[in-house]
Amino acid sequence: MKDIKTYYLKPPAISWGIVFPVAWILAFYLRSPRAFEDLVPGLIAMTILFSTTAAEAVVINFELRIGSLERLLLAPLTFSAVLLGKVLGGAIFGLLMTALVTICSVVGLGLHVNVVQLVLIIGPSLFAFSAMGALLCVLVKEVFEAQTLANLPRFLMMFLSGVFYPLSAMPPLLRYVAYLLPLTYTVEGIRHALSPTDTVPVLIDSLILIAVAVIFTAPAIKLLRRRFL
Amino acid sequence: MSEDAIIAASGLTKQYGEILAVDHVSFKVKKGEIFGFLGPNGAGKTTTIRTLTGLSKPTAGSAQVLDFDVDSEIVEAKKQIGVVPELSNLYDELSAVDNLVFMAQLYGVPRSQRKERAEQLLKMFRLYERRNDSFAKLSRGMKRALTIAAALVHNPKLLFLDEPTVGLDVVAARSLRSLIRNLRQQGITIFLTTHYLEEADALCDRISILVKGRIVTVDTPEALKSSVGSDMPVEISLTAPPQKFVEEVSAKLPYLRAVPINNKVRILGGRPAEVLEVVLQSARHAAVEIETVTTVRPTLEDAFIKITGLEPTVMAMEKGGRR
Repeated sequence: MKDIKTYYLKPPAISWGIVFPVAWILAFYLRSPRAFEDLVPGLIAMTILFSTTAAEAVVINFELRIGSLERLLLAPLTFSAVLLGKVLGGAIFGLLMTALVTICSVVGLGLHVNVVQLVLIIGPSLFAFSAMGALLCVLVKEVFEAQTLANLPRFLMMFLSGVFYPLSAMPPLLRYVAYLLPLTYTVEGIRHALSPTDTVPVLIDSLILIAVAVIFTAPAIKLLRRRFL
Repeated sequence: MSEDAIIAASGLTKQYGEILAVDHVSFKVKKGEIFGFLGPNGAGKTTTIRTLTGLSKPTAGSAQVLDFDVDSEIVEAKKQIGVVPELSNLYDELSAVDNLVFMAQLYGVPRSQRKERAEQLLKMFRLYERRNDSFAKLSRGMKRALTIAAALVHNPKLLFLDEPTVGLDVVAARSLRSLIRNLRQQGITIFLTTHYLEEADALCDRISILVKGRIVTVDTPEALKSSVGSDMPVEISLTAPPQKFVEEVSAKLPYLRAVPINNKVRILGGRPAEVLEVVLQSARHAAVEIETVTTVRPTLEDAFIKITGLEPTVMAMEKGGRR
């Protein structure tokens, strides 16, 4: 709640976390309204990616700069608790944006959705990318440095994870690269949820994203501890 | 750790690369006292506090705070300590009361008590009327007061204050010192760092003088002043800048310590009669007029000069030697 009140309306969170994904969604819709339905899974995934990572940069790096993160570390909290709190905050900010985009898309386009499958994918995705954002943020000092560093994986994944065109249309080599990128599992999982089929593929995608969240969170905690101790 | 010791540090050391910030420091802080760490900027005061409060890991040595080891049990210790860092780093966008309620939440104060405790502290620190103003809108003195209030929200037994009055005007600083004395009367042990000699003298039960990461001495302010010896300092007030006069005095009696303070000179280390003779001669040779000559009781400043050999002006220098 403190992070929501304090940071979520700061310019970097708004520009990268809200304006950027909304602009892309509008651009694609206006370009081709009829083909927009095919792009919805990718655009929801992109919203998750940008909103969670944008929030982390503001919350972590801003607090590092003004000394507020030290304020948290003076309280009877472990480094893990502080970092997990930040990851949760980023996930919540991402959830707000993602919910808005998802509801507008589903209702506006009259899409059929398996809500359980959607939650199984969106939940772990929010944590995975928030954790990725947190890891990148503890590597640098300033908010703009964090946003710039995050752009490397963000844009890479945006173009290689099936956001704008399906994996089946990619050359084989790029398809292998795509399966190394966590956003691919988010896109595929949401695609399954919006064209309800068997739940197993969604469960596998979900488990992979949970593993990704852990893989990003553990070193982030270690790096945060090293920064102070 | 002895029953009365709230903090016990033994050989505490902190090294950053090649810089030895805290050099094998050992001391004890008794329950209920105001213990001061006095030293110039860069002496290692803040580093010591950071090590005792878990923000920094000691390179060597050990410390216990409230019987908890700072290396392995710091989270437990933090439940009973309050820390006021040098920077007033509460949240600008939150109101005064919201900042305190948030801190109460962090320290595990039961939900039903948070608002009441916050309001109690706001009244104690004379901030109640400003409770709904954002932290950013408060004056520097109020921010400092609120930061101290935030450190007290969970009724700690021990309070760390890092340079509590730095940057405050005289009135605000005096008000804050009065508050600090009241806290001690409530039974809170206080560990205070400062580079203001008069603040350490006014507040502390015992003072540890820290220079370049090492403790030079630990004693009560009165004992430190007495250590100046039986030779009373002589203070000379001049009508002109004292540099040439100081040079003359130092040339005549090199063992005397002549410290210029604005247009005054404080001479330590000699018998008043001997000093007076030298003073008159030096004033003639330096072509300056003497306004007054006074023998004064030794101050903490005199003790600091004698013990450390440093000029008092070094206390005001920035870290790294810049003024």
